[in-house]
Formats: sequence, structure tokens, C-alpha cells
Amino acid sequence: MTLSERMYLPAIAQGLGITIKHFFKKKATINYPEETRQRSEIWRGLHVLKRDENGAERCTACGLCAVACPAEAITMTAGERKKGEEHLYREEKYAVTYEVNMLRCIFCGLCEEACPKAAIFLQDDKLAPARYERDEFIYGKDRLVEPLKTTETK
Amino acid sequence: MDSVLLIYKGIYILAIFGISLLIATYSTYFERKIAAFIQDRVGPNRAGPMGLLQPLADAGKLFFKEEFIPAKANKTLFILGPGIAMLVAAMSSAVIPFGDTLIIGETSFDLIAIDVNIGILYIFGVVSLGVYGLMIGGWASNNKFSLLGAIRAASQNISYELAMGLSLIAVLMLSGSLSLKVIAEQQTGFNWNIWYQPLGFLIFLICAFAETNRTPFDLPESEAELIGGYHTEYSSMKLGMYLFAEYINIFVVSAVMATLYFGAYNFPFMENLRNAFDDPVLGNNVVTIIGVGVMFAKIFAFIFFFMWVRWTLPRFRYDQLMKLGWNILIPLAILNILLTGGGILLYEYFTKG
Repeated sequence: MTLSERMYLPAIAQGLGITIKHFFKKKATINYPEETRQRSEIWRGLHVLKRDENGAERCTACGLCAVACPAEAITMTAGERKKGEEHLYREEKYAVTYEVNMLRCIFCGLCEEACPKAAIFLQDDKLAPARYERDEFIYGKDRLVEPLKTTETK
Repeated sequence: MDSVLLIYKGIYILAIFGISLLIATYSTYFERKIAAFIQDRVGPNRAGPMGLLQPLADAGKLFFKEEFIPAKANKTLFILGPGIAMLVAAMSSAVIPFGDTLIIGETSFDLIAIDVNIGILYIFGVVSLGVYGLMIGGWASNNKFSLLGAIRAASQNISYELAMGLSLIAVLMLSGSLSLKVIAEQQTGFNWNIWYQPLGFLIFLICAFAETNRTPFDLPESEAELIGGYHTEYSSMKLGMYLFAEYINIFVVSAVMATLYFGAYNFPFMENLRNAFDDPVLGNNVVTIIGVGVMFAKIFAFIFFFMWVRWTLPRFRYDQLMKLGWNILIPLAILNILLTGGGILLYEYFTKG
């Protein structure tokens, strides 16, 4: 090695130059809760049970999604629509309970494909959030059904 | 008159103590911030705006952690270790001139806690006492890794103190005084020692890294080999004291380097600024206040440099460390003394002859 190489000082200065360049570089961090990463349009996130244009639930509790589910995460009980509930449920048969176990779900999207009524979708902007208790991961209709559009109450 | 000065000194010492603690506290924050920035991250940003309350959160956490003392440890020495490290670190900033004199009314106040004529020796003495803190802590832990770390710390500090002292002698040959105040006053304007002592400064800088146990010389606490070195067994605020003492040491050594080589509170064109005021007292005070700012800017620049180097260079191997200290730095420091002596003789020959 030459004298300048054996002194290591030029190499150290070079190294310091590299680190100071990174010091002023734009940071790669995404501050998660405040900003989220831009997701793909076909991202499969948290499930939603859709309503039709009149605000009635589309799901008819046929069970095809539960059959299609490879992780057996979906359970439901069907019920018959009573008179006067036409504005709530679109079909004569509807899901009284509809549960998705988010610990089992693998977010494959097969339920979405199996649904003949276009009722269940995996959203592209929401994730199943972390929770402390196991039973909190079983999402019922209260958390799955799309909320009514507030424009109707105007 | 005397009582005024006494009260002033008391306040000044408290202020310097507070400032060095504050700087040490925020050094931990800036260490993490700088580390993050160099690694393309953002660093702590949750506690307070931009994470500025992070040191408080850390200190709170350390206070509430379990105070663990190993069963077979020597309890007295185990508690004494971090105490000594902290005490010694906080003592050493006493003789550093943070500024020139402030003139209020008829009294002039020196911005230095104690102006002793052996200032630099005092710093060296006190800083080398810090090894006792590490050594006692490592020994009292009754743990192989702690002891190894402590022994490494002791041998490293002794080795590098030699080269540090020798590189310092060249500065003392130029200044002819051991008082840091005199050394600072001699470097008026831009007449800094770094222009006369570049090699000496380099040696001093490298030794300063070794003395404060900073990367690339952080072998006493090399976490990969020795778990934590001398503070393996420490927890809670006793560990905090060790880490804190390290940061105070960095502050002090930065202040010493700024004083010895970078003109302390002196800055270019200070005389022009002083003469620009009609009132000499006002001019003096303005220059002094700017000088204090300049001094702290230099100290912060050095602290930044310490952290910058830490996140750039890997650690030395132990034999390399010893080789660098004994085979390279000490001969270089002696060469530097000879060169300085020759330079002074030549200068005197040409100016007087």
C-alpha cells in the first residue's frame, strides 16, 4: 500500500463524505398512522358488505362465499325478510349474522369472486387493524356492512 | 465587591453545570437523530414536536426501571462507579473559558468558572480520573465481560493519554502557558492554533475519540463482543449515569479542542467589530456575547463531528488500536514536538537575528 493508503485518512474522509450525503438525502420513512403507502388498485384489504343504490343490503345469505373460502373464515345464518323490511334487505332471504374471522382470513378475494350478488368486496384502502384480544378479530355485521350514506338524511 | 464576585461565580458555575447537563441530555437526542438521518430514517419524532421531549421520556424510563444489583457484586463499589464517572465528567468543565469578559457597571466578569494557571493539567487530571469510574464499575460487577470491558477502557485511556499529552505539549510550546484563558486570548481573531498545529490537532482529535470511548475506539463497551462492556450489569439510572457521563465527556473534550486549536471564543474580524462601537464597554460586551455564541457553535460542530464519525466508521480490532496508539500516534506526536520546536527556533532566528 502507498503511504496515503496506509494513513487511511483519505479513505475516512471519503466515508464521511458518503454519510453526510445521506444525512441530507430525502428520508425513505413513511410515518405510518399519519401517512399511508400508496396501495395498488387491486389491493385486497378489509371486507365490506355492500348496499344497493336504495341502501338495502345486497347479501342474500346464499353461502357461496363461505363455500369458496379456502380458510373457512366466513360463517353466516340466513333469515327470511319480514314485511316492512324491504328497504333494509334487497332479497327475500338475508343474512341475520355474517361473521368473518380476520385471524383466519387470508385475503385471497375468492369470496368476492364467488358472490353472485356483488355484495362482498375487499376494500383497497382499509386494513384489518391490530387488536389485543382474539375475539375482537371476529368481525360481525356491525363492522362489515357499509354504513348508510348520510346524504339520505338531508 | 468580593461578595458580588462570589455570588456571580456561584451563579456562573451553576449555569455551566446546567448547560453541560442540558447539552449532554440533548446529545442523546441528537445522536439518535443524526444516526437516523445518516441511515435515511427520520429518528425519534413521537415525544413532543419533532421528538424534542425524547430525552425526558428516556430519563423517565430509566428512573422507573428496576435497580438491579447482582448478588455477588460489591455493593458499595457498584454504586460508587457511575457516581465517580458522573462527578468527574461534570467537574472538568470548570476551567474552560466560554467567553471573554463582560463589563457591567464598574465590575468586569470573566466568563470562566475558575481561572487556574494549570487549567489544561486540571482537565487532564480530572478526565483521567474518569477511568476509575469505569474500572470500579467493571470490577464491582463481578462479571467477566464487565471486567474485560473495564480493563480495555483503562489500558486504552492510558495509551491514548500519552499521545494526547505529547500533542498538547506542542501547543503549550507556542503559548507558553498552561492556562486555558491565556491560550484562548492568544488566538485573537483568526490567529487560531490549528494553522500552526494541524498535525498536533489530528493526533489530539484521534486521542479525544479514544478518551471518550467513542467509535471507532469504543472497545470498552463493544456490544458485539462484550455485551455492554463495563456497564453490562448496570440498569436503571446507574446505567443512565454512565451513558450521561460519556456525553458530558464529549462536550468537555469538544470544548477543550475548540479552546486549544480553534480559537475558543475568538472569531475573524472581532477587533473590527469591537472598534466599530463608539462606547468601548458596549463594544466589548457585544463582542463577548457573540464570542460565547461562537464558542458554543464550535463545540456543537465538534459534537456533531463525533456523532458523524460514529455512524461512519466501524470499530477497531484491539491489537490495531494498541498499534495505532503506541506505534504511530506517539512517534508522530514526538515528531510534532520536534517540528514545532524547530519552527519556533527558525521564527526567532529570523525575527530577532
